[in-house]
Amino acid sequence: MSPAILLLLALGLGLAGWLAARARAWAFRRESSDGRLASLPTYHAWYVALWIVLPVLAFVAVWSAIAPGLVNQAVLANPAAAELPAFGFQRQTILNEARAVATGAAPAVFNPQARELVEPFRDALSRYNTIGIVVTLLIAFLTGAWAFLRLKPDFAARTKVERIVMAILLGASLVAILTTIGILVSLIFETVRFFGMVSPVDFLFGTHWGPDPMSNPDNPDGSRYGAIPLFWGTIYIGAIIAMIVAIPLGLMSAIYLTQYADPRVRAWVKPALEILAGVPTVVYGYFAALTIAPAIRDIALALGMSNPSSESALAAGLVMGVMIIPFVSSMADDSIAAVPQAMRDGSLAMGATTSETIRRVLVPAALPGIVAGIMLAVSRAIGETMIVVMAASTAANLTGNPLEAMTTVTVQIVAMLTGEGSFDHPATLSAFALGFVLFMVTLGLNFVALRVVKRYREAYD
Amino acid sequence: MVTVVHENLEVTDAKMSARDVSVFYGDKKAIDEVSIDIPTKYVTAFIGPSGCGKSTFLRTLNRMNDTIPSARVEGEITLDGDDIYRSKMDVVQLRARVGMVFQKPNPFPKSIYDNIAYGPKIHGLAEGKDELDAIVERSLKRAGLWEEVKDRLQDSGTALSGGQQQRLCIARAIAVDPEVILMDEPCSALDPIATAKIEELIAELNGRYAIVIVTHSMQQAARVSQRTAFFHLGKMVEYGRTSDIFTNPLEQRTQDYITGRYG
Repeated sequence: MSPAILLLLALGLGLAGWLAARARAWAFRRESSDGRLASLPTYHAWYVALWIVLPVLAFVAVWSAIAPGLVNQAVLANPAAAELPAFGFQRQTILNEARAVATGAAPAVFNPQARELVEPFRDALSRYNTIGIVVTLLIAFLTGAWAFLRLKPDFAARTKVERIVMAILLGASLVAILTTIGILVSLIFETVRFFGMVSPVDFLFGTHWGPDPMSNPDNPDGSRYGAIPLFWGTIYIGAIIAMIVAIPLGLMSAIYLTQYADPRVRAWVKPALEILAGVPTVVYGYFAALTIAPAIRDIALALGMSNPSSESALAAGLVMGVMIIPFVSSMADDSIAAVPQAMRDGSLAMGATTSETIRRVLVPAALPGIVAGIMLAVSRAIGETMIVVMAASTAANLTGNPLEAMTTVTVQIVAMLTGEGSFDHPATLSAFALGFVLFMVTLGLNFVALRVVKRYREAYD
Repeated sequence: MVTVVHENLEVTDAKMSARDVSVFYGDKKAIDEVSIDIPTKYVTAFIGPSGCGKSTFLRTLNRMNDTIPSARVEGEITLDGDDIYRSKMDVVQLRARVGMVFQKPNPFPKSIYDNIAYGPKIHGLAEGKDELDAIVERSLKRAGLWEEVKDRLQDSGTALSGGQQQRLCIARAIAVDPEVILMDEPCSALDPIATAKIEELIAELNGRYAIVIVTHSMQQAARVSQRTAFFHLGKMVEYGRTSDIFTNPLEQRTQDYITGRYG
């Protein structure tokens, strides 16, 4: 509640600063002899507004992170808090209860100990709220006044505003990078804990996967943590079966759409194909589990297999392949369309047919882009969870038979994290090690794909 | 308005003939009833201001306009007396006989060798590697490029300089042994030295192939061609010996163009 008020305050002050600065700039304009300023009045206005809003936003971000802690400390310093249980969990429950009543989120307390704390909580909250608002106003006025006083007819407000905008954009792009780093760090932390319990050699090279979340966590059986069957299942379903489906179909549809399709057909088929990319993977999962998997089982029966599994790698792989057709096809489509018309004309003028031109000139020239698309598709496929959960079972199985049940890294991550084991059990932590390996593999694939695309961009320069 | 054809222009050995050819892009008429005989032995130049339709007309001669969906051709164009727009005409065969060199050099992003070998391979002209090697060498020699590239036939064709790329494209066209070579402003993307080399090459190829060159440089037309046709606003205004067109044009518009009044 409090950060929202502070934000509104910041925007209001920013608007006031904006209007004041613009009025000031207009005044400069009237006073100057030739009616010209170094920058337009709007830039003066934005300069002041940004100098008010941005520092306040920075303060609100920091304040909303530390204020709850400060409030808690103030409450705990109260004599009534001295009798609280020392155990963190109970203590936190009581504090939360008191806070809920203090902020009006709950009607009354349940725990008598919490009742004592409601008043201190209320006091602390209102005190820190006031401090927050006062500091916000102070910052807004100080930075705003500083910026306002810098305004002069020859002040280069435009350059300054452009620079601030650039910094904002830079910040926006840093968010993604910092998030990636954050994810990586948190993964590494848990992965290191896991490898403290189970040897990396057992994990990376063992062929039996069957962690027991109920076993003694202090003495894990390393031979049950062999991840090879999972990696194999992932590669078999995501990179082999799915690609056997997606690469030919994706390429052929791209070739048809760029080279043969009538513009009217293209206008329909291309968006339809892109809708395929927007279907939630859960829906593909239903399709795989309810339609494809039973159909494959029936076919296997008809072919004389005695006891085919109702869940199969083939079903998951086929549906996953269909799911990633749009990834392959849209990258291939773009890179084939990017081959200069001159190449196509050159080949046709030699007396080549359309299909010869595609096979011998367009596809080779577009190959780097096509390969990049395939690699992005592979990294998408091996990170896919829902289809495999629903269609390919959770049984780790090291086999080459596509009709048998298989499992993948992502499915096991889900299974391990949603299991009943405690969080510091190696079975649970193994999910992080699996995630880390998966992350590194997809990162590597994306990296290679980007390098290939970069080379491709230079091809015709 | 009819085309003025010079009286002393005898084309007894027409390789290609156009009769009342009109080209439409959608509803727009780009070429208006052009009739011309392209001689077997000589270089024929098409000149005219930008947008006059000379390139469009050139592209009808090997049906490259087919690649533009809205383009439509009326009238008759023959190659050795055969109508190239008849329904049974095999465009692949036609383009093997009527080669083309484009405005901007467009070598394939393949090796120099593969660029030349492309045509012979798709038309099955060579039996075995030795014969293909021989075709590549002969074509590069005819295009005057052999000495420059013989030690690096496996390098990419796109790594050559602009002038070398254009000669590579000419060699590529020669490799399928065409009867006619169409050149669409082949020097407009090149510097003067590379241009001079291409013009030299055209002079050497003259007599072996019927060559039609579109150019917006009147000096170039005067230097390389024996026949010149002047196009203006989609019509062919005047056609005659190059020397006559440049020294003694019969039409006022030709006179104006070659004296630089417009264009």
